[in-house]
Amino acid sequence: MTASFVSDDTSPALRANALSDDVQSVFPELERLLPLVSKPVQYVGGELNAVIKPWDDVAVHWALMYPDAYEVGVPNQGVQILYEVLNERDDVLAERTYAVWPDLEKLMREAGVPQFTVDGHRPLGAFDLFGLSFATELGYTNMLTALDLAGIPLHAVDRDERHPLVIAGGHAAFNPEPIADFIDAAVLGDGEQAVLLISNVTRDWKAEGRPGGREELLLRLARTGSVYIPAFYDVEYLADGRIRRVAPNKPGVPWRVSKHTLMDLDEWPYPKAPLVPLAESVHERMSVEIFRGCTRGCRFCQAGMITRPVRERSAETVAKMVDNGLEKTGYEEVGLLSLSSADHSEIGVIAKGLADRYEGTETGLSLPSTRVDAFNIDLANELTRNGRRSGLTFAPEGGSERMRRVINKMVTEEDLIRTVATAYGNGWRQVKLYFMCGLPTETDEDVLQIAEVARRVIETGRKVSGRKDIRCTVSIGGFIPKPHTPFQWASQLDHESTDARLRKLRDAIRNDREYGKSIGFRYHDGKPGVVEGLLSRGDRRVGAIIERVWQAGARFDGWSEHFNFDAWMLAAEGALAAGPVDVDWYTLREREYTEVLPWDHLDSGLDKDWLWEDWQDAVEEVAVEDCRWTPCFDCGVCGQMDTEIQVGPTGATLLGMPALPVRGGDLVAESSS
Amino acid sequence: MSPRQAPVRDVAPTVQRLRLRYAKRGRLRFSSHRDFQRAFERALRRAGVPMAYSQGFNPHPRVSYANSAPTGTASEAEYVEIAVTAVLDPDKVRLALDTALPPGLDVIEVVASRTSDFIERLQASVWELELPGVSVATAQEAADALIAADEVLVERLTKNGIRTFDARGPVLAVEVVDQVNSGDDSPNEGTRPADELVDCAIMRLVVRHVTPSVRPDDVLVALRHVANLVPPVPVRVTRLAQGPLVADVGGRAAVDAVSDPFAADRG
Repeated sequence: MTASFVSDDTSPALRANALSDDVQSVFPELERLLPLVSKPVQYVGGELNAVIKPWDDVAVHWALMYPDAYEVGVPNQGVQILYEVLNERDDVLAERTYAVWPDLEKLMREAGVPQFTVDGHRPLGAFDLFGLSFATELGYTNMLTALDLAGIPLHAVDRDERHPLVIAGGHAAFNPEPIADFIDAAVLGDGEQAVLLISNVTRDWKAEGRPGGREELLLRLARTGSVYIPAFYDVEYLADGRIRRVAPNKPGVPWRVSKHTLMDLDEWPYPKAPLVPLAESVHERMSVEIFRGCTRGCRFCQAGMITRPVRERSAETVAKMVDNGLEKTGYEEVGLLSLSSADHSEIGVIAKGLADRYEGTETGLSLPSTRVDAFNIDLANELTRNGRRSGLTFAPEGGSERMRRVINKMVTEEDLIRTVATAYGNGWRQVKLYFMCGLPTETDEDVLQIAEVARRVIETGRKVSGRKDIRCTVSIGGFIPKPHTPFQWASQLDHESTDARLRKLRDAIRNDREYGKSIGFRYHDGKPGVVEGLLSRGDRRVGAIIERVWQAGARFDGWSEHFNFDAWMLAAEGALAAGPVDVDWYTLREREYTEVLPWDHLDSGLDKDWLWEDWQDAVEEVAVEDCRWTPCFDCGVCGQMDTEIQVGPTGATLLGMPALPVRGGDLVAESSS
Repeated sequence: MSPRQAPVRDVAPTVQRLRLRYAKRGRLRFSSHRDFQRAFERALRRAGVPMAYSQGFNPHPRVSYANSAPTGTASEAEYVEIAVTAVLDPDKVRLALDTALPPGLDVIEVVASRTSDFIERLQASVWELELPGVSVATAQEAADALIAADEVLVERLTKNGIRTFDARGPVLAVEVVDQVNSGDDSPNEGTRPADELVDCAIMRLVVRHVTPSVRPDDVLVALRHVANLVPPVPVRVTRLAQGPLVADVGGRAAVDAVSDPFAADRG
C-alpha cells in the first residue's frame, strides 16, 4: 500500500526527469497553493545570500535537506556550510529543501506539486544527489514524506538511474541501520570534504556515460572506504534476535567504513555568507563555530564522543568570521558555537577582543554552551559588558555527586553553588540548570537531589544578591543511550518510571514553601524518548516500523503536538510481530560485551574496548580526566584516524585586527560633510 | 527593593527623519509585516545607516511603519519613516538600503521629512486584483452590483473575535480592465499564465482607509455576496498606490484617485 502519488507521466516530478536538461521551476504551480497555507513565506526562499545557479552550467546537482520545518532547518550550520562549499564549485550546484507542513503536503498531493527546493523551486526528483542532515532520528518520517512527494521510490532497491542517490549525514548517520532500506548511502563525520569527494565521483561517472548504472556509482563510492552503502552489506541474525554478523556482499567493499575528520578549521571558515531568512527562525542570530570535538568525556554525550579529536579555530579566524558574518547578514547577535565554548584555549582573548571591538555597536555576543565554573561567569560578564544580564545556563546533568561520577561530569555541588553565587553577585537574575533523568544506575534519591540543589541555588542567590526576585529554572530531559558512547550497552529507563520519578521531583519542588516559588520546572514526558531510543539503537528491522507509522500518518515526530506514541507502538507491534524482538528489547535491554551492535561496522574512531572499560568505570563511579589537559587515555581516535588534538594557544591577540570599518559614512549628505 | 533601572545611555540625538517608499514584489509578497520588519532592521545595520536608538533595557532603532499590506499581497506603495543621527543624502540611503534588502523588497524612493502628520496623508489605497479564470464581463457585472449596493456586511476574525463591518462604504471606485498594469516584475521567477485560465480580468479598487480597515479580501467576500463571484484560483493582489484622496474620484482612472504623499516633503 505505497501511497506514492505520482501516478502518470504528466506530474511535474516525472516531467522534470524526462527533460533533465531543462529543469523548470514549479513555483507557478506552488504559488496557487500558498495563499491557502499557514506561514507561506517559509516556502518561497529568497534568503539573503542564497544562491541560484543555472541548471545546465554544472555537472552535478545536489539537493540538501534538513528534515524538519523551515524555521528549524534554515539556521542549521551543517546544511549552510555544505550549501556554500558546494556552490563555490564551478561544476556543482546545491539547493535546499525542508519538510512541508501537513497543510501544504495535502494540497501538493491534490495538485500534483512535487517536493521542491526553496532556491530555484526545482523538483527534488530532478537532482543527482539528495543529501539529508539528521541531527536527530525524529526526522526519519519527514524523509519519507519528501521522497514520496518527489516521486522517488521509498526503498533504495526500487530506484534506478532516473532517481537521485539518497545520502544521509549528521550525527544520526553514525547508526543509519534503521533507515538502511530507504537510503543509498551514509556519510559519517565532517561533511565538507566528503561532499566534494562524492561530487567528483558522481561527475566522473556521469561524464563517462554512466557506466554500469546506479550500482557502479554506488560501488565507486563504497570503494573509497569512506561512504557507507547499506545495500552492500548483509546482516545475519541469531535465533534470539541478536545480530550474528554484518558482512560486505561485494568485492572491494570494506568491512568497516570510517568517519571523516576535517583537521584544519582555519582553512574552512564556513559559512562565509550565512543565510538570512525572511521568515522567523529558531535562531535569530549568526553562529560562528569556535571548535569542533570535545574531550570532556561525558559518557552520555554522543556529540562529544563522535566528534573527537578537539580541533580549535584560531582566535584570529574566529574574529574575522564574526566581522565578515555581521557585515554579510546584518544580524545583531553572534553565538560562539561549540560543545563546550569556555574550553577553547584562547577563549579569554576571543571574549575580551570581541567585547572591545563591538562595544557601543548594539552587537550582542553569546556563548551558548558553557561549563560550570567561575571562569565562565567572567566570560559571560565580558560579553554582556553593557547589555542585559538576564539568564545564565549551566548543565550539571546529574542531580547527585554520585550520578555525576557515573556520567563523568566532574562538577561538585560546591563548584555549582560557588558558580551560581558569583553569577547572582554579578547581577544575573536567572540561572537555568539542565539535568537528565533515567541515567544508568539512577535511583529516586539521585533525582530528588535536584530539588535540593535548586533550593541551595536560590538560598545562596538571595543571600548574595540581597534580593528575592532571583529565579532558578530546572530543565530536565530523559536520558537516551546512544551508539558510539560508553552507554551504548545500557538499559534505557521505561517511560512509566521516568514519569514517576519526575512527578516525585516536581512535588518536592512545589511543596517547598520557602524556595519553591522561585524555582521553575520544565520537563517532557518519557514517551518520545522511547521512540528516539528505538531509532537510535535500532537495526535494519526497525525500518519496517518507520515505514508503517509513516503510512499511518506520522510526521514531524520531534514536535509534541504532532508526535503520536500510540501510532508508533502499534506500528512496532505490526512490523515486529513475526520476529523474536520488540520495542522493549531495543530500548530496555542491557547489552553484553560480546554482542554485535548494529553499528559496529561503522568506525567513529573510538576503540570498542575503551568504550567498554569506560562503561565499567561508569558503573563503578570512577571518573576520567579531559585528555586536553592530561595524558592520553587511549580512546582510540587519534591513533585510529591518524589525527591529533589541535589546540592553541597560538599567542594571538586581536589587537592586530584592522579597525572596524565605519559603514554608512558615505551616506552623509554632501552639504553637511 | 527598588525596581531595576534601565541604564542611561549616551544616545545620539535624532537630527533627521527620512521617509521611504518601498515595494514588496514577486514571491516576497508572502512575507508578513513582521518578516519585513526584521529584514528592514538588518538591512539598516548592513547599510550602516546611523540610526537613532530608543532608551531602555532593549534599545531598538527608531522606525515607524505605516499601514502595511496584508501577507500574500504585493505592493508598490509601502511607507516607512526612520530617525537618523546625521544629515543623510536620501538618494544614497535609497541605494544602500535597496542593495541590503533581498530582491523583491525594493526601496523605490527616499525623501527627507519636512512635514508632520504623514500617516494622516495616507487616506486611501488603490488595489489591483488579478482574477485568473474570470472574464472581463463577469468581473464588470460583479463590480456594478457592488457599486449598486448601499452596504455589504462581511465578517472577519480579528484579535478581538469575529467582527462584522461594512465592506462597501469605503470602496470609492471599482474599475475593470483587461490588462495587467502593475509594476510587479517578479525579480526571481516570472509567473507563467496557466493555459486553462486564459481569461484574466483585472479589477482596480479605490478604498478609503477606515477602522477596521477594509482589505481586498473583504471586498472579494462582498463581491461573492452581491454577485456570487468566486474566482477559481486564489486572486493575486497588488497595492498600486497610497496617498491623499483627490477630489472627484468618480471621474478619474483608479490609479489617479490618490496623489503623491511625498509631494509636501519635496517642498
